[in-house]
Amino acid sequence: MQHYTRRMVTIVTESALERTLVAELEALGVRGFTITDARGKGSRGLRQSDWAPEGNIRVEVICDPAVADRVAARVREKFYDHYAMILFMQDVSVLRSDKF
Amino acid sequence: MPNLDPVILFFLLGAFAGLAKAELRLPASIYDFVSTLLLLAIGLKGGVELARAGEGIPPVELAALLALGFGMPIPVFLVARHLGRLSRADAASLGAHYGSVSVGTFAVLIGHLAAQGIPYEARAPVWVVVLEVPAILAGIVLARGFSGDVAWKPLLRELLLGRSIVLLLGGLAIGWLSGPEGTASIQPLFFGLFKGILALFLLEMGLIAATQLGALKRNAVFLVLFGMLMPLFGAAVGALLGRAIGLSPGGILVLATLAASASYIAAPTAMRTAVPEANPALSLTASLAVTFPFNIIIGIPIYQRLATLVASF
Repeated sequence: MQHYTRRMVTIVTESALERTLVAELEALGVRGFTITDARGKGSRGLRQSDWAPEGNIRVEVICDPAVADRVAARVREKFYDHYAMILFMQDVSVLRSDKF
Repeated sequence: MPNLDPVILFFLLGAFAGLAKAELRLPASIYDFVSTLLLLAIGLKGGVELARAGEGIPPVELAALLALGFGMPIPVFLVARHLGRLSRADAASLGAHYGSVSVGTFAVLIGHLAAQGIPYEARAPVWVVVLEVPAILAGIVLARGFSGDVAWKPLLRELLLGRSIVLLLGGLAIGWLSGPEGTASIQPLFFGLFKGILALFLLEMGLIAATQLGALKRNAVFLVLFGMLMPLFGAAVGALLGRAIGLSPGGILVLATLAASASYIAAPTAMRTAVPEANPALSLTASLAVTFPFNIIIGIPIYQRLATLVASF
């Protein structure tokens, strides 16, 4: 089966940021994303998902590499200093090239 | 044995389970459901009473509430900045939290007043609505000045359409429009079960407060002292203001308790986006892990005496 390579950007951050982050992503040309509630521990301590102001989310975006780089640059510039946030990316295979 | 209010014991149970790291966690959706029920019940009760009494909210009272909301963050800010030596952003964030109010504390007070048969103004839920937002705006201005780098429009939208405001005002409207007879069919859930729902809410609050206590590391001494002394100051201001605008003794107690309480939902969320350099754990820990328990366990009985005293002048 024919498949195409795209890039998946995963951002794990504070749920308080959801609205701002989504607006940023859409402005950068991201066409779709998936958000899930998340829990975990990092340099900013334990993050639990059962208390809204202290919760975490995981945002996944599949897009072409150029958009992925723009997302990474923008997010780093705007949010890295003050928010609990990590971002990583990996190549993924998709079946519909026109969708992502 | 002293006759302790069971809802407070539920809070202590939650706090104990949290501190002991017991296998006890309520799913987030349960907390959402329980707090939704509480907010609606408070709104409905107020609305039904308003329909019965046919009273409005006097303009002087509204002005006094707005002054309290906008003004309260200033002394908090000054104390935090100079005595606590906090950064400007942290002090302003603390101001927003302590100027704004806690619906959870209000719910405990309402339960307490009902149990003791103390009357108060039916429009009290409106006070909660009016007091929630101004302090958060004042806190942002204290941190930022009136500069243009705050996105005020989406922020205001988010604040004014926040869960607690929508549900409280919605409940008030439904209660007012349908009146005592109309709401009879839904009374068992919202009024009959109020204390039980409150107990579940406080169980969860105990768990959350205990978890939050773990964040109390830096500035611990200042935050604990501040979290217990600031409510006393707030209560005194609220009680005197309530007396000045001619509230009933019950109403003075409600306003004192509201002024003593600190926000742990609306303020943290708003400050997180508007003033990101403020440390979120600092204000939330003081508000949730120190002031909330202090108010519901020790504060309310003190404010009750204070209100009686102030009302007698």
